Amino acid sequence: MPDNSITIEIDGQAVEAQPGQMLIEVTDRIGNYVPRFCYHNKLSVAANCRMCLVEVEKAPKPLPACATPVADGMKVHTRSALAVDAQKSVMEFLLINHPLDCPICDQGGECELQDLAMGYGRDVSRYQENKRVVQDKNIGPLVQTDMTRCIHCTRCVRFGEEIAGLRELGATGRSEFMEIGTYIEKSMTSELSGNVIDLCPVGALTSKPFRFRARTWEMTQHEGVAVHDPIGSNIHFHVKNDQVKRVAPAENEDINEVWLSDRDRFSYEGLNSAERLTTPMLRDEQGWREVGWQTAIEYVSNKLQAIAKEQGAGAIGALISPSATSEECYLAQQLLRELGSDNIDHRLRQTDFTDQDNAPACPGLGLTLQQVEQLDAALIIGGFPRKDQPIFNHRLRKAARAGARVMAINPVDFDFNFELAHKQIIAPERLVTEVAAVVKAIVGDQDPDAALTRLLAEVRPDARHETLAQALTAADRPAVFIGSLGISHPHFSVLRYLGATLAQRLAGAFGCLDYGANSAGAWLAGAVPHRLPGMVGAANGLNAGAMLKHDLAACLLLNAEPELDFFDGKQARDALSRVECVIAVTGYRRALDYAHVLLPMALYAENPGSFLNLEGRRQCFEAAVAPPGSARPAWQIFCSIASSLDLEGFKYAGFEALCATVLALADKVQPDTVGAAALGAPAALPAVAADAGLERVGYVPMNSVDALVRHAPALQQTGDVADGCAHINEKTANRLELGGAKLVEVSSHSGQVRLPLQIDHTVADDCVLIHGGHADSAGLGPLAGRVSLTGVGHD
Amino acid sequence: MTDNLGDSGVNEGLSKHVQEEVDRWLAIFPVGQKQSAVLAALRAAQHENQGYLTEGLMDAVADYLDLPRIAVYEVASFYSMLETEPCGRHSVSVCTNISCMLRGADEIIAHIESKLGIKVGQSTDDNRIYLKQEEECLAACCGAPMMMVNHKYYENLTPDKVDAVLDGLE
Repeated sequence: MPDNSITIEIDGQAVEAQPGQMLIEVTDRIGNYVPRFCYHNKLSVAANCRMCLVEVEKAPKPLPACATPVADGMKVHTRSALAVDAQKSVMEFLLINHPLDCPICDQGGECELQDLAMGYGRDVSRYQENKRVVQDKNIGPLVQTDMTRCIHCTRCVRFGEEIAGLRELGATGRSEFMEIGTYIEKSMTSELSGNVIDLCPVGALTSKPFRFRARTWEMTQHEGVAVHDPIGSNIHFHVKNDQVKRVAPAENEDINEVWLSDRDRFSYEGLNSAERLTTPMLRDEQGWREVGWQTAIEYVSNKLQAIAKEQGAGAIGALISPSATSEECYLAQQLLRELGSDNIDHRLRQTDFTDQDNAPACPGLGLTLQQVEQLDAALIIGGFPRKDQPIFNHRLRKAARAGARVMAINPVDFDFNFELAHKQIIAPERLVTEVAAVVKAIVGDQDPDAALTRLLAEVRPDARHETLAQALTAADRPAVFIGSLGISHPHFSVLRYLGATLAQRLAGAFGCLDYGANSAGAWLAGAVPHRLPGMVGAANGLNAGAMLKHDLAACLLLNAEPELDFFDGKQARDALSRVECVIAVTGYRRALDYAHVLLPMALYAENPGSFLNLEGRRQCFEAAVAPPGSARPAWQIFCSIASSLDLEGFKYAGFEALCATVLALADKVQPDTVGAAALGAPAALPAVAADAGLERVGYVPMNSVDALVRHAPALQQTGDVADGCAHINEKTANRLELGGAKLVEVSSHSGQVRLPLQIDHTVADDCVLIHGGHADSAGLGPLAGRVSLTGVGHD
Repeated sequence: MTDNLGDSGVNEGLSKHVQEEVDRWLAIFPVGQKQSAVLAALRAAQHENQGYLTEGLMDAVADYLDLPRIAVYEVASFYSMLETEPCGRHSVSVCTNISCMLRGADEIIAHIESKLGIKVGQSTDDNRIYLKQEEECLAACCGAPMMMVNHKYYENLTPDKVDAVLDGLE
């Protein structure tokens, strides 16, 4: 890169700068702080607060540092009498209408206005007139407004347009009557809306769930890693009285920059839920009773021992949350395997496991998050990263804004926050053939890989597939991503084969956007039935689906709610009801009607451990607070059970020793996305039924995805939760002659439920969108597959 | 991209005439600068709706121009020639800036207020006349005091002249 840097002088110090930089970027770099409100290094320059006025020699008046480009030889004084006088004058204006309500303002103690008023404000205001008052707006369950405090910096407005991709807040009215708001009564719908709380330099936008809960100076700050998606956003827990009072993003330019999704920000509320399980509980003839840990552990180990002896260890299985820490996953599989069983799995929402032997050591993006920004084309197969992996989507959106062609093949026309270059909205059954057609459009009739040629022999790409293929082949840095709907697809293995093949032919990246915070870590730690930790050997256990079909005698559940967290909630529930001993290691009082023992576990923030994100980045964290009551970290629970069983390999000197063991696993294999094993082409593409049937789309909305978030009240009031409705488009509703039905009866091969009908133009033809993660739809059975539907309630 | 999805519900749509008017303006501006036509679109929509904009109309303008709805609310709430509340069908604004003030604008305002039985900023009960907030200078000082009725200027006002103009409004 040619060095065209220039030299300017700031407060007598010669400084190098790049042409085009604004003064404030240079003063920030050298640490000469210039006060500011509207400037933010992640947002465009507005220059409307005027707080950053500085003196520039030869300029007739003070200039705003945020909007003044550097020029060679420029001499700048940030602390001269002229500059400070200008800054103080601006401060006086800003304080004219700002209320003096700091004692009751949540921002007090971390308020930029308060801080700067200390340095630049007058002791006594000269302003005698009335201050303006602005009525507060209700903009949803997450962000509290106190708009009288607003100083019109417009950071929140620019955030909406530039980062969230959803312009929801604006400045309406003019002069003294200008107000920041949504104008109409409207809740913010951005999955990143909580970031305006951090951006707001005053107390106009604060956290609604945190309101009046604590003063900033009473809390201590602890580092952590977010737990709801496999991105691993860095966070800070703010703790008072051993309770997490709020969560804020921790800056990490490689991962979440300075942002955080609402789900990661507000799910801490689930930690303090009244439904938390705080004591071990045991069920006997009289029903549930609270017991001590020793009784519970003895009960569990006696049961496991007896079942292993009488029915064989193969009758024992473990189903683990994909958000369990690597250490928990490792110990769970160690416990099972030392008992003699390989029946362990974390792929709870998956149903097609046929290619698991070809799978990579652990799923990943095949890219770093920063590289996602550099993509110039991407194809998303069955997924909605905007809500499912918001921070990944933010990077993808940056790429799209820079001109990348992002395309999607989806059963629902999801509301992306950037323009998709192409989209195909089709029923899940046709997802595979659509992707196959794109592959065919790229590889043509004669591919060196005979198996691939044979597989695609009957596939006839049309103009739409050619367009997609052209956009991908024209790209220098393309990528193919399979989203959550692809992973839950009945032919996930074929999709994965096609997606990976596509990426291979394009010399691009391939990634699976998995559920949970730690699916990659779970793979590596051996929480899969067919592989030992670190991929050191093969095993032959039952996968998550098979475990529910075989009648297990004992089942260990780790932080999973079978009705809501499994591919087939009904099957899971029915299967577990038949199990002789269900051991639920859980944070909440659930599974009361089929579990036999409940062991209260520490949830995230209460638990040390590590996650492996989709980049293959391992992040360790400490517990920030103690678990409630006598709940314990799951790693301790597993060690107690193992010690009660006299199992050999559990003699860890402490948690650090366990961490070291898990860390060593990562050294053995590097996460990759295609797999060391050659991709084996499936024998044939799945047949698409000729009749126009009806298929379920079992998308799980972001705020229904796991137990913690389902117990977080504010997030449950957002629109991003499973709604228990049957969504169907008008055309399909007409074909099914639903008329004005309000209720419909939906039947799958295994279950039947009655749900409210909702006409939804985003759903593909011949599909019904019924969210997963909702109690009302759990009885229907699998997240995907054929269903039938009849109207029952009419107007 | 549907970042226009507001909760206000009804999108009343734009009439064919308004659409033609907006298209005419769109042709004047560079391609990809649809937002340049927002003022013209709001003016045309307001003109067809008895002189004020509804949320539905603003939403329709936003959708027609592919703008976030809030961006249209911002413009509509900023400019004084755009009304966002129901008001009388004839808009009457009396200039009260310096020249008009010196030439008796206050008496003209007082006369209109007592004649119509409303205050500045209000509309008559029959929705016939809307007495707009006092205008700043409308650049007709040589004819002060003056008022603007709908789009037309009336100068050198006297109470009798005002009566004649107002009584002539349907």
